[in-house]
Amino acid sequence: MNNSKAFQRIYTQLEAITKATISLKAQGVSNDELATVAGRLAQVVKIKDDLVTLQVFSGTEGIPTNAEVVFFGEAPSIKVSDELAGRFFNAYGDPIDNGPAVEGEKRTIGGPSVNPYRRKQPSELIPTGIAGIDLNNTLVSGQKIPFFADPDQPYNQVMAQVALRADVDKIILGGMGLSNDDYLYFKQEFENAGALNKIISFVNTTDQPPVERLLIPDMALAAAEYFAVDKNEKVLVLLTDMTLYADALSIVSNRMDQIPSKDSMPGSLYSDLAKIYEKAVQLPSGGSITIIAVTTLNDGDITHAIPDNTGYITEGQLFLRQDTDTGKVIIDPFRSLSRLKQLVIGKKTREDHNQVMNTAVRLYADAANAKTKLENGFDLSDYDLRCLDYAKEYSTRLLAIDVNISINEMLDTAWELFGKYFTKAETGIKIDLINKYWKDNN
Amino acid sequence: MEKTTGIVTGIIANLVTVKVDGDVAQNEICYIDLDGTKLMAEVIKVTGKNAFVQVYESTRGLKKGDAVEFDGHMLEVTLGPGLLSSCYDGLQNNLETMEDVFLKRGEYTAPLDEKKSWDFVPIAKAGDKVQAADWLGEVKEGWLPHKIMVPFSFKGEYTIKSIVSAGSYTINDTIAVLSNENGEDCKVTMTQKWPVKVAIGGYIEKPRPYCIMETGVRCIDTMNPIAEGGTGFIPGPFGCGKTVLQHAIAKQGDTDVVVMAACGERANEVVEIFTEFPELIDPHTGRHLMERTTIICNTSNMPVAAREASVYTAMTICEYYRAMGLKVLLLADSTSRWAQALREMSNRMEELPGADAFPVDLSAIIASFYSRAGIVRLHNGHTGSVTFLGTVSPAGGNLKEPVTESTKKAARCFYALEQSRADKKRYPAVNPIDSYSKYLEYPEIQEYLKKTIDKEWVDKVNVAKNLVRRGKEVAEQINILGDDGVPISYHEQFWKSELIDFVILQQDAFDPIDSVSPLERQEFMLSVVLDVCNHPFKFETFEECGKQYKEIINIFRQMNYAEFKSDRFNKYLQEINDVLSNEQ
Repeated sequence: MNNSKAFQRIYTQLEAITKATISLKAQGVSNDELATVAGRLAQVVKIKDDLVTLQVFSGTEGIPTNAEVVFFGEAPSIKVSDELAGRFFNAYGDPIDNGPAVEGEKRTIGGPSVNPYRRKQPSELIPTGIAGIDLNNTLVSGQKIPFFADPDQPYNQVMAQVALRADVDKIILGGMGLSNDDYLYFKQEFENAGALNKIISFVNTTDQPPVERLLIPDMALAAAEYFAVDKNEKVLVLLTDMTLYADALSIVSNRMDQIPSKDSMPGSLYSDLAKIYEKAVQLPSGGSITIIAVTTLNDGDITHAIPDNTGYITEGQLFLRQDTDTGKVIIDPFRSLSRLKQLVIGKKTREDHNQVMNTAVRLYADAANAKTKLENGFDLSDYDLRCLDYAKEYSTRLLAIDVNISINEMLDTAWELFGKYFTKAETGIKIDLINKYWKDNN
Repeated sequence: MEKTTGIVTGIIANLVTVKVDGDVAQNEICYIDLDGTKLMAEVIKVTGKNAFVQVYESTRGLKKGDAVEFDGHMLEVTLGPGLLSSCYDGLQNNLETMEDVFLKRGEYTAPLDEKKSWDFVPIAKAGDKVQAADWLGEVKEGWLPHKIMVPFSFKGEYTIKSIVSAGSYTINDTIAVLSNENGEDCKVTMTQKWPVKVAIGGYIEKPRPYCIMETGVRCIDTMNPIAEGGTGFIPGPFGCGKTVLQHAIAKQGDTDVVVMAACGERANEVVEIFTEFPELIDPHTGRHLMERTTIICNTSNMPVAAREASVYTAMTICEYYRAMGLKVLLLADSTSRWAQALREMSNRMEELPGADAFPVDLSAIIASFYSRAGIVRLHNGHTGSVTFLGTVSPAGGNLKEPVTESTKKAARCFYALEQSRADKKRYPAVNPIDSYSKYLEYPEIQEYLKKTIDKEWVDKVNVAKNLVRRGKEVAEQINILGDDGVPISYHEQFWKSELIDFVILQQDAFDPIDSVSPLERQEFMLSVVLDVCNHPFKFETFEECGKQYKEIINIFRQMNYAEFKSDRFNKYLQEINDVLSNEQ
């Protein structure tokens, strides 16, 4: 962010310093305005009479009470143009790929919302080849959906795979607290796929100060809005890891003496996350922003404030789980959900999609019950045994994340499994569909 | 009168402190001048010369010393013909007439079309004595008779001095002149304003609800019906189908007007309403659903303070239509977001927090809001009603949290959505045992059900509920003791409850036929299902029992997908009867 201006106001006397904020007496300061404190970027978060409090993004270590504070008179911004494509930036929008600075129109980040009345209903399917997604939790352009995963699961790999298979014009990566290894992984995957020219990355790695992360989603989404609104492009935004973003929020609110609500998160967590996720949109002009995020969980606990609030905001969630029976990482059909799938299922896909999907999951649930019975040492009925066999095959051939087939193939596979393990009545599917698609076990 | 003015002295997010030069009232509206853009705000606390105001917009760029002008009144809505099929934000700005793709700060649009002409027909005549909320005339708003009333703010008795004859008028034309007890003349137009935080009166009494509102959703109408003018709430973790259930009720509810308040929820859910409702047909009138619907939408990314206002705006519009003698349904999704907006503000004002950092008076605020619903008897003998159904989004799906607990005290129906039912795709995921409708215990409602449905209806419903409860108990026994460890009668009990679950409780909201189940069909289905439950099957083994019931359930499910009393429906009914007679 190059902010050299003629009207800069400079102060050199700080009144208070905490770990993340400084306060000073200053005149004519506006809310949300940017400044530098001893050369570090900071933003106005509170004004009380003449006393102004700023949040210093890279932390206040070593800042003296006579530090120079320079106000810019404007909120954080990014320069947007087609030159963004193929570039890597830090949280402030400065290049980290040794390339030149981007020229373009300056836009403030974290801008206004789209008028809900001007939105269009999302209706375009985004196929990924992964049956746990396409069959059970179909993605739609303009959707916002996170992966819920424990930190040891390969969520970044799955996300990169989904992004590269998706048919979109631009992919924008917002990396928050990304380990250096993961950052290089993304970079390499994008390069290998030969897709670098349609990818833009804003990255904050673990070795950079946590509060800087707060800028990443707004930067990424301001760039996304440029391509979706101005250029009518289909944009896919990847945000990883939103849990680390929320942690940074709680650090700042803690330093500002706010009363914490559940799990020591700020009371405004819901609104803060919603402002980001709600940038996902299908525009009337044809452009769209789709957001796929990652929320890491602590031992699968979705009742923690971060996944909980996320779940209420996003249009579903994709739950990664290690299936102990087959040894594969699967997309858990019980806890995963794509809320927008009904907009495309049976409309953009085959008529039997809805019933096949629900029946397959219901039978998988029966298998889970049978497994509980088995673990409790009871005899299994013939039906229970068939369910268990079905579950193994369903898990390997459809739920596992290493599957890559078309949706019709997924549906055919499901019918094949129904025919192999169950009777028509046991599936409870509408008779018209049975007559058309049932595959007897040969 | 001179307007009070002030200057900005402090800013934290959307809480702004203003030093004022005169008198201000609690909840008074003011406008902050940000380089020519007027930002609307509401006074929420006053100490000395300092007014604390919550700004309904982003405060980015606001400076100390910016000028503030106070408006002299509380947040008001504009009432009049044209509210239906509109889409407003939480402050009643018409979203449809905003040109831009993005919402602009400080852009406020008129709620009603001031140029549109309405065909007015007088009801009252010159010389009539009238009071607030009395009907002066009516216009046709779509198919709905929209009453033009004496403004609610008029106190005491008035005499109609003159009233215009039938003809075409705009909302701002004077349609009547009333003179008050002191002989002063007051002009009345087709539109009036009302402060949203004050309940609209103008009725004689609010009796106990005495009839039910049909929703077409079996687990509500059959198991736990909601009364017309009643209150209910739907708590549930995310992904359990709160919104799908609410939309189903909005589509099928037997009501004249539906107001949907999308409060702090996803924008795409509102888009779904815009897209689908104009296409869908109201099953009761055959008209387009949008004609009876008003949407108040403050989605989660819109300013938080306006989220709080949105539920009040919605309720006030409902009360307005109730005063016309109409049946109104208010759906608010979700009241938890409203409570969170209260929490954010209370937090910034550094008030001492209650449980989970919510304000301590949360319970009282929720209770007083729910109490604005109800069926009322108007001065002219007609009745009108506001039925209110809110959703609650409990943190972590845990019902022991302040918003759920406070709402439970205020609402009379409780539809508990359950994660484990949703996981099994048993939709709607309403837990049949924990959920309740207090109205089922009202003698007047029982009387109504006996009269309109069937003499034995309430008893049948209780039998079905007991079977479900018993089924859950035996399922636990079977899990502990094993299939062989319990008598076959236990398996029978279990399968009876499964039968009720699959046929009555579960309903496919995406199937054109199964999604709408009129009361007549519900009565028929429950009777047939109970006939099966009462049938003395003779099973030798538990496998046989399970197999037989699965077969019956499958036939019933096909029946649910068939048009009521169609050949196909009757064919499946015959199959069931065959199963029962073969048995003997």
